Amino acid sequence: MTAPDTICDHCGLPVPQGLYEPDAEHQFCCNGCKTVYNILQGSGLENYYKIKSAVDSNAQPAATTGSNYEELDDPAFQSTWVTLSDIDSENNSEIEIAEVELLLEGLHCAACVWLVERLPRVADGVIDARANIRRRTVCVRYRPSDIKLSTVAQSLDKLGYAAHPARGKEAREIRLKEDRKFLIRVAVAGALAGNIMLLSIALYGGEFDGISDAWRTTFRWYSTVLGLIVLIWPGRIFFTGALAALRTRTAHLDIPIALALASAGIWGTLNTINGTGEIYFDSVGVLVFLLLVGRWIQHRQQRAASDSVELMLTLTPSSATLIDDEGNTKRVPIETLEAGMSVQVAAGESFPADGTITAGTTTIDNSLLTGESLPITSTSGDPALAGATNLSSPVTVRVQAVGEHTRVGKLMELVAQASEHKTPIVRMADRIAGYFVIIVIILAIGTFIAWTMIEGVTIGIEHATALLIVTCPCALGLATPMAMSVALGRSARAGMLIKSAAVLEQMARPGTMLLDKTGTLTAGQTTVVDSYGDQDLLTAAAAIEQSSNHPIARAIVAAFDSDALATDVTQTTGQGITGTVNNQFILVGSVDFVLRSTKSEIPPELQPKLVRLLDRALTPILAHNSTTNSFALIGVGDELRTDAAASIKSLHKRGWNLEICSGDHPRIVESIADQINIETHNGGVTPEAKANRIATLKESHVGSTPIVMVGDGVNDAAALASADVGIAVHGGAEASLEAADVYLIEPGVAPIVKLTDLSRSTMSTIRICLVISVCYNTVAASLAMAGLISALIAAIIMPISSLTVVAICTRAGKNVAPTKSPSEPI
Amino acid sequence: MSVVYIMIPVALLLAGLGVAAFIIAAKKGQFDDLDTPALRAVFDDDETPPESKNERRVAKDDDAD
Repeated sequence: MTAPDTICDHCGLPVPQGLYEPDAEHQFCCNGCKTVYNILQGSGLENYYKIKSAVDSNAQPAATTGSNYEELDDPAFQSTWVTLSDIDSENNSEIEIAEVELLLEGLHCAACVWLVERLPRVADGVIDARANIRRRTVCVRYRPSDIKLSTVAQSLDKLGYAAHPARGKEAREIRLKEDRKFLIRVAVAGALAGNIMLLSIALYGGEFDGISDAWRTTFRWYSTVLGLIVLIWPGRIFFTGALAALRTRTAHLDIPIALALASAGIWGTLNTINGTGEIYFDSVGVLVFLLLVGRWIQHRQQRAASDSVELMLTLTPSSATLIDDEGNTKRVPIETLEAGMSVQVAAGESFPADGTITAGTTTIDNSLLTGESLPITSTSGDPALAGATNLSSPVTVRVQAVGEHTRVGKLMELVAQASEHKTPIVRMADRIAGYFVIIVIILAIGTFIAWTMIEGVTIGIEHATALLIVTCPCALGLATPMAMSVALGRSARAGMLIKSAAVLEQMARPGTMLLDKTGTLTAGQTTVVDSYGDQDLLTAAAAIEQSSNHPIARAIVAAFDSDALATDVTQTTGQGITGTVNNQFILVGSVDFVLRSTKSEIPPELQPKLVRLLDRALTPILAHNSTTNSFALIGVGDELRTDAAASIKSLHKRGWNLEICSGDHPRIVESIADQINIETHNGGVTPEAKANRIATLKESHVGSTPIVMVGDGVNDAAALASADVGIAVHGGAEASLEAADVYLIEPGVAPIVKLTDLSRSTMSTIRICLVISVCYNTVAASLAMAGLISALIAAIIMPISSLTVVAICTRAGKNVAPTKSPSEPI
Repeated sequence: MSVVYIMIPVALLLAGLGVAAFIIAAKKGQFDDLDTPALRAVFDDDETPPESKNERRVAKDDDAD
């Protein structure tokens, strides 16, 4: 319910009825927005609203958390994430300056960038803040003597952007250097190719209109020198790639490319020295440039996907609340935890380490770790596993194992092993390249022999080399990366982040897909699926359950909206709850508990319904009104996602074999499988068994059809890593994100269907490009064999074939509709 | 025509300078983030004049950009 026509003065979203203040000058949809609004007004940053209205149509509430970020001041954290430098170059003074990179939730438009970069205005001691919109980070430089890092983070939080430390700084810097090197190679190749082309125009002009030998020699020498630089500097990667492929005896597209480049380089240099024959350095320059551009574009596209995934990893909590011997609490980074320490875990937080509960009773959601859909009630003495979520109330945990010694850590080790042993996929272009090399070499030898017999050895070598050069598969080399990057871009807009382009090749053919149940096919949350009986009793039950934090209670409250007030509420842990609503005594709880407490039998009309609920693997909850002696029955469980049935049907239609592999109770798995018509299903599967199942399937399907794993939890991670393609669904655990090749940005399994369509369309585009490139090469090869090719013809044919291919590649994945704007945050 | 003998090296030298400048820029990280600067440039001018002592520093930093 919202107040009509009232929108939040900060974010523009509707203001909920309960927060509408008739007397106030400004209205806000949440406390966060209110805080941010006041801060902005107080610091002269009102311009934010002007900018926002001009650039942003995407309303979003402020992501203020109100956290105090004290864990950021821990020395252990500071030494890993903060870079210190001594000299303030601007003032030439010797003040210490610290630099830190923080990930910001909610950074999504130009107005956000503007606001975040005005951080020095609200936080004294901050020198500057530089936002990066693509990565959603901000790099803050500040004087540690004037301001604490926690205050910096608090200030950002107050502006409406919850801050998280960005992990993996070293790895990122290495990749940044790699990216820069790549870009430099492209630029150098481009500059050299352009200059060689200019020189060649003079040479071609000379061919038609005549040119003096002195000039001809000059231009040829310049071309040769520049051409050799292209081959040695940016072009070197093709030779190293080809050598690496030869050493491992695998086919790779770099081999025919390197062959062509090498023949052109050697033959061109000899011809320049001797002053005879053709040189092909202009074609070589353009070729290297185009191929590098294609690869760079794909590289960037893939980097964007892996960056997004990495940032999502950063969102997982990296701090814990430590309780010291005197009972004081303190936020510390997770890395500083050791066995024997006591930590407090609030409701809604996840456990930072494996341990034993020492105080408090709560319900724990283990679904990401084990796949169990029903939360477990745990109390003093019960174990708690790192990564599990504490659902209902705060507990104290004595830490027993941290980091890699935890259950999650051991599962991650399994993931690492699986990734190591994963055989690399031979890409289609590379496979073709294998045949390509053989055919070209045979043709070249044939040409050499034929022409040697007709006109002598020199002419034979000349025509054979020309053939090797003009058949360089540059269109093919360009087609794959271009089509892939177009498809990767389209997939991101359609709700999928693809970390490796090879996924698209794999998913183009139907194969076997293993699906996890909890959190993948189902929402992974307890909800009311069905209810029978008196509506008044059901709402009364909801009124009572309001005072409980148990997930089942919350599901009931959510399902039956109740305004009534319950009094005298008493809870019996793990069994039920009683209370008075409207002067009527109500009991809600497990069937056993209610029947025992009321000393009655279940009414005959509800008996068959109870059997049905049990058949569907739902948890039955019974409610009883003692005044009227009436019963109501509620079925609670983890329901199928709304899009699951339709998506499964589409996948079946596309020829996929589907299988459910879940850690949950076999009966629940069976019921879900029946609902969506999946025949093969296994319940109670351990994470190790899941990975083994993938391995068995892979052995029996070697090289034929792809084995795909779809999952969300830590328990799926090893299977995700060892499958040909691992797909992590929205909301999955950190481990599954890291292990998977594809991450779905939207909830649900519908994007998987889109992924198969996208892959098919991309591969058919690549195939079309392949046919075209083979046609061009056949023409070029025939001309070369006939001895009719010249450097000019080669220089025309090669770019044209490449451009045709690039034009066609923009079609890749065209049939897949985008679902959200790319600027929307993840 | 013999001026071409001088012009080619000069032209290549200029091209080389351009490439060198690009390499230096790339190594300094100028091309690391191609999205944010475009957003940043649009709104730099419409700021209200600085007031507090902290503001001066902001203005200075902006000039340095």
